[in-house]
Amino acid sequence: MDIQGIHSILLERFGESVVGSQTFKAIDPWIQVSAASIVEVCTFLRDDSRFLFNHLNDLCGVDYLEPDAKKAAKFGHEPHVEVVYHLSSLKQRHQLKLKVVVPRWKHNVEGQLPVVPSLSAVFGIANWHEREAYDLMGIHFEGHPNLRRILCPEDWIGHPMRKDYAFPLEYHGVRGR
Amino acid sequence: MTWIEGRFEENVITTTMEQAMNWGQQSSIWPMTFGLACCAIEMMAAGASKYDMDRFGAGAFRATPRQADLMIVAGTVTFKMASRVRRLYEQMPDPKYVIAMGACTVGGGPYFKHGYHVVKGVDLVVPVDVYVPGCPPRPEALLEGLMRIQDKIKARKVTRGEMALPVPHHSGYSALNV
Ligand code: SF4
Repeated sequence: MDIQGIHSILLERFGESVVGSQTFKAIDPWIQVSAASIVEVCTFLRDDSRFLFNHLNDLCGVDYLEPDAKKAAKFGHEPHVEVVYHLSSLKQRHQLKLKVVVPRWKHNVEGQLPVVPSLSAVFGIANWHEREAYDLMGIHFEGHPNLRRILCPEDWIGHPMRKDYAFPLEYHGVRGR
Repeated sequence: MTWIEGRFEENVITTTMEQAMNWGQQSSIWPMTFGLACCAIEMMAAGASKYDMDRFGAGAFRATPRQADLMIVAGTVTFKMASRVRRLYEQMPDPKYVIAMGACTVGGGPYFKHGYHVVKGVDLVVPVDVYVPGCPPRPEALLEGLMRIQDKIKARKVTRGEMALPVPHHSGYSALNV
C-alpha cells in the first residue's frame, strides 16, 4: 500500500489531532504522528491485516538546530527534535516512515529531556535503538524498561549528537583537546 | 682479527652478555592481541603471510598482557577505552614497549576536531616509544616501527639502563650505541 492510502486509513481511524496532514512531495515521504499516540498507532500498524508492519528497521533522533547565529536565519526550520521510525512489512512488502516531533527541551527548560513514549513493548528491537537515541540525542523514552546509555560511558555528561553539545575538556584525567 | 679470534674450537661464539640478551629479546618481541579500530586490519595484514611479522620474531600475538612485551595500539582510543588501555599496559611485565599506530593514536587523527569521544593521542594515556603515522599506516610502516623498537632494545645497556634513542637512517640501519 502506498503512503497516501496508509495516511487516509490512519486519518480515518485516529483523527487529525494524531496524524498530521502531509503533501507527500518528499522523495522519502513520511507521516507525522503526535508523540502521545505513537504507541497506539504503531500497534495498529503492526497488527492490522492491511498493514502488518512487523519490522522496525530503524529508530533514530534528529536535532534541528543551527547553533551558528549567522546561519540560523537561513536555516529554515524551527529548532526541534524529531524521532524517525522506519517500518517495513515483510508480508505486505511495503515500507513506511513515521516522525514524531518534540521540542528540544521539555517545557523549554534547558536540561529537561523531551519525552516520547517507548515502543519497546511493540517492537523488541526498539529497546536498543531507543537507548541509543537517548544516549546521543537526549530523548527520554517513557516506559522503556532499561533506559541507560548504550554507547557512551555511564558517567558521560550531556548528549553528544545535540547540535549545541559542548565537548568535554577532560574525562577522568585525560584531557579532551 | 682481534686477539680472541681463533682461540677456541669451531662453533664457539664469544659475545657480551648484554648483546646476547638484547639480541634474544629483540628477536622475540611478543605483541599483545588487540585492535581498536580500522588500523587493526592493517596490523593483521602485517601479521599475515604477505608481510609476515614473524620474520622479526614478533608474530606471536599473545592473548594476555602478562605474556606480551609490545603493545601495538592500533586504532582509535576512545575515552571509554582509555582506562582499559592503561590497565592493560600496567599488566604487562617490564620491559615493555608501545607503538602508537595510526593518526588516531598519534594525535586524534580524523577525530581531532569533531570527535567528542576520542583521546587526542594515546600518549596522554600510556608512554609511547614509537609513533607510526598514517591513516592507516601500511604494513611496511608498521614493520618499520617494529624495527625501531628493535633498535631501541638493541641500544639498551645492562649496566646503564636505557641509552639515548638511536637515530633511524634511510639505509635501514640506525646509528647504534657504539
Ligand atoms: S588512523 Fe585512520 S585507519 Fe587508523 S584507526 Fe584512525 S581512522 Fe582508522
